[in-house]
This record gives sequence, C-alpha cells and structure tokens, in this order.
Amino acid sequence: MCLGIPGKIVEISDATRKLAMVDISGVKREVNIACIVGDEPLENLIGTWSLIHVGFAMSRIDEKEAALTLDVLRQLGEAQEEIEAMRASAAMLEKTS
Amino acid sequence: MNYADEFRDPVKAKGVLGAIARVVDELGATKENPIHIMEICGGHTHAIFRYGLDKLTPPGLEFIHGPGCPVCVLPMSRVDECVEIAENPNVIFTTFGDAMRVPGTKKSLMQAKADGADIRMVYSPLDALELARRNPDREVVFFGLGFETTTPSTALSILQADADGLTNFTIFCNHITVPPPIKALLDDPHMVLDGFVGPGHVSMVIGIKPYEFIARDYGKPIVVAGFEPLDLLQSVLMVLEQIRDGRAEVENQYSRIVPDDGNPVSIAACEEVYEPRPTFEWRGLGEIDASGLRIRDRYKAFDAEVKFDIGYGRNTVFTAEQEGCACGDVMTGRIKPHACPQFGKGCTPEMPLGALMVSSEGACSAYYQYGGLELESVE
Ligand code: SF4
Repeated sequence: MCLGIPGKIVEISDATRKLAMVDISGVKREVNIACIVGDEPLENLIGTWSLIHVGFAMSRIDEKEAALTLDVLRQLGEAQEEIEAMRASAAMLEKTS
Repeated sequence: MNYADEFRDPVKAKGVLGAIARVVDELGATKENPIHIMEICGGHTHAIFRYGLDKLTPPGLEFIHGPGCPVCVLPMSRVDECVEIAENPNVIFTTFGDAMRVPGTKKSLMQAKADGADIRMVYSPLDALELARRNPDREVVFFGLGFETTTPSTALSILQADADGLTNFTIFCNHITVPPPIKALLDDPHMVLDGFVGPGHVSMVIGIKPYEFIARDYGKPIVVAGFEPLDLLQSVLMVLEQIRDGRAEVENQYSRIVPDDGNPVSIAACEEVYEPRPTFEWRGLGEIDASGLRIRDRYKAFDAEVKFDIGYGRNTVFTAEQEGCACGDVMTGRIKPHACPQFGKGCTPEMPLGALMVSSEGACSAYYQYGGLELESVE
C-alpha cells in the first residue's frame, strides 16, 4: 500500500475523468492520472512510465527507474502482492456487474 | 547467506559500506554507545531487513524502526468502528487487504467478514467508487487509511464522487500524516535519535519542506531516501556525514523521484478535501496533535463519520494493548521486536497479536520474516 508500482500508460480511457489504462507487469488496469498531467495533451503520456499508488499515477519515471523499482519490489515480495490485489479487486467487481 | 550478492553493484555497495564504517569510527560510536538513526517509513524497514543492511553496517550504527507503517499504528478502537459500520446490513465495506487482519478489541475485519458482514478487499478507492456506481441501493464505504502516499487518492476519489453526484459513497477517513509523529518522538525525553532517513514516496507527494523543523528546531539531520539498498546505504552515509560535520539539514537523496516541492495536484486535492484534526490516536504512541485528517464540512456528504455517526472524537474509547504485548515500546524504538515476550510465541504473522506483526512493513513481521528468530537465539 505504501510503495508504488511502476506502470506504463497504454491508452487514455476517459479524458474528462483523467483515467488511463496502464500496463503493470502484464496486468492491465485503469488508473487516475490527474497528478501527473501537465499542460500538454493527455495523449503525450501514452508510452510513458509512472509510479502507481493504489490506482493513482503519482510520479512520472523513466524506463530505467521503472525497471530498477520493479526489481526491488519483486525482491521484497511487494510486486506480487500488488498484482494479486489488483487481480482480486478486478474479479470482485466482475462478479457484481 | 551472502546478502551482498543481492546488490545491483556490489563494488559500489562495498564502497559505501566502507565509508559508513569510517564515519562511524570517526564519531567514536560503538555497539555499547551507537549512533541511532531512525528510518521513518515501513517500506524502508522492510528493505533494511530484506537486504540485511542492519547486519552489513557496523555495530556502532543502530537502526531504530519508526512508526511509518500505517496498519501498525491503527488503534483497536478504529478497527472496532470499521466492524460496526461493516455490520450494517445495507453496507458494503471496502478496504485495502492490509487492514483485514489488524486485531480490534472484539474482532478483526477478517473475522467480521467470516461472521457475515459484506467486507470486500479492493486495490484502489477507484474500485470502491465503481462498486458504488454498480450498487445504487447499497451504501459503499471505503476505509481511508494510510499516510500521504494514499491520502491524495482518497481525496481525488471524493472529488470524483462529488462530480458524479454519487450519494451512496462515503469514506471512513483515518488518514494520518508523517511529520507530527516525528515531532512527538523528538519531544519524547526517552528517545535518543541522532538523525533520520526520510520516507521516499511520502516525500514525493509532500516535498521536503515539511521536514525543515527537524533540522531547524531540533538540530537533527534528515535525508529523504529511495528504496534500493544502495539508496538506503547512501542516505545513511549522508546522515552520518552531517552528524560528523556538525550540520543539520534536510537533504534529498531521492531527487530523481522526489521534487523538493512535492506534487502540486496532490497537495491541492488534499487541501481542498481535508483538514487536520486537533489530535488523533496512534497505536502505541497515544494521541498526537494535528496528526490525523478529517473530511471538511463542504464534503460531509462523503464522510462516513457523519453518515454513521461514528469515528474518532465521538465517544472514543481508548483501549489498552493486549496483556504481555510490547508494541508501544517496539514502535518507539525502546526495545527490539524479539525482546517482546510474545514475539514468535503468542504473536506470529499468521496469528498476529499486535499490529506490528500484521503487515510486512511492520518491524515485528520484518524481524520474524528475515531472521529475527535466529538473532534471538544467538543473543
Ligand atoms: S511481537 Fe507482537 S505483541 Fe510483541 S511487540 Fe511485536 S506485534 Fe506487538
């Protein structure tokens, strides 16, 4: 919950609500990007990396930092935990639709 | 086990470790009379144990594990209130998984769920929002918990719920902030702290200015650090060098992620939605001034405390910790986890008695996971 996990923005899914689809270690999920948008068009964010905290992109990072961070998170066991939590949350929502 | 194998660059790590040993020597610190450095963030505690940094650094340097694990400082009465809200038949109570096993006075959220309450683990408050949209005739409550890294996400979720006109979504806000407990620890005459390793991701949100009082008013160095083992070692070295040179400054070792001014969007969202509570209770530390956040009146439609007439400051009961549990002393760094009589006996990660054993960021759990037991037998 405290450590973010790197994700790569693949698509802007809802420009009004500032939501984007992000690829986090192969898992796709929608995240809020309000904290990282600047003045430039949202589309420019596609392909960039961010640190994702509980579904919110909090800071832009470069690819190397993303790889290093992911590696530490894997060693701490936190990456697996985050991804598991994401999957479980998605499955829970699926059931209630 | 050779911990050094796990370093990205063992040569560099060796260099930094050597430099740390030299400065510790120059300071004349020994095992009996060590330099005390507190790492504030639970993520750092976890990394220190995972990489065995406490064993790689010289005995004249002692890590004190700070109160930076939000799950660990959650008082039992807050858990009780969660359970009470969750047991409302029309409520869907959503929470991060970390909070599920924290003991309350009667039960944990896990036990309440087993007893039939509709409690669901979510990855993000966004998922709780979605649940509210899909269940218009149910009350969806999200347990807002954590430091400044999660605070903006809850604030932005409230702003989104407001924009969407949702009426069945509330937050049970128990967010806390990092600087006030540091001040409380520095004011505690029993604490001996020579410097701090500051939290990385919290600082990414709030910037480094909120720590200025530590250097200015208390004359202690603080270095904001990243999570790589090398980041941590470098930060420790920077703290030690400040002590040696008689400086007390806020330094930023993690500037590749942490802007000095923090994240302006997050800060603005939090400012809009929350105000500090006059005081707030921390497990093991007692009440600390201005250390908790509540939802401003303007957004009270999204405040579970208002909707369910419950929460901190309403008939708050202060519950003593369980018998034989030393969480408070561990939390303030007075004793090491294995010195607690319950450690590894009545209290294990599977069956936690105290909250420090619940999350991997808690000092007791980290100790247990990475060789604390083994340590106990040699000492
Ligand atoms: S071992 Fe358990 S009871 Fe003892 S201090 Fe740690 S969490 Fe508390």
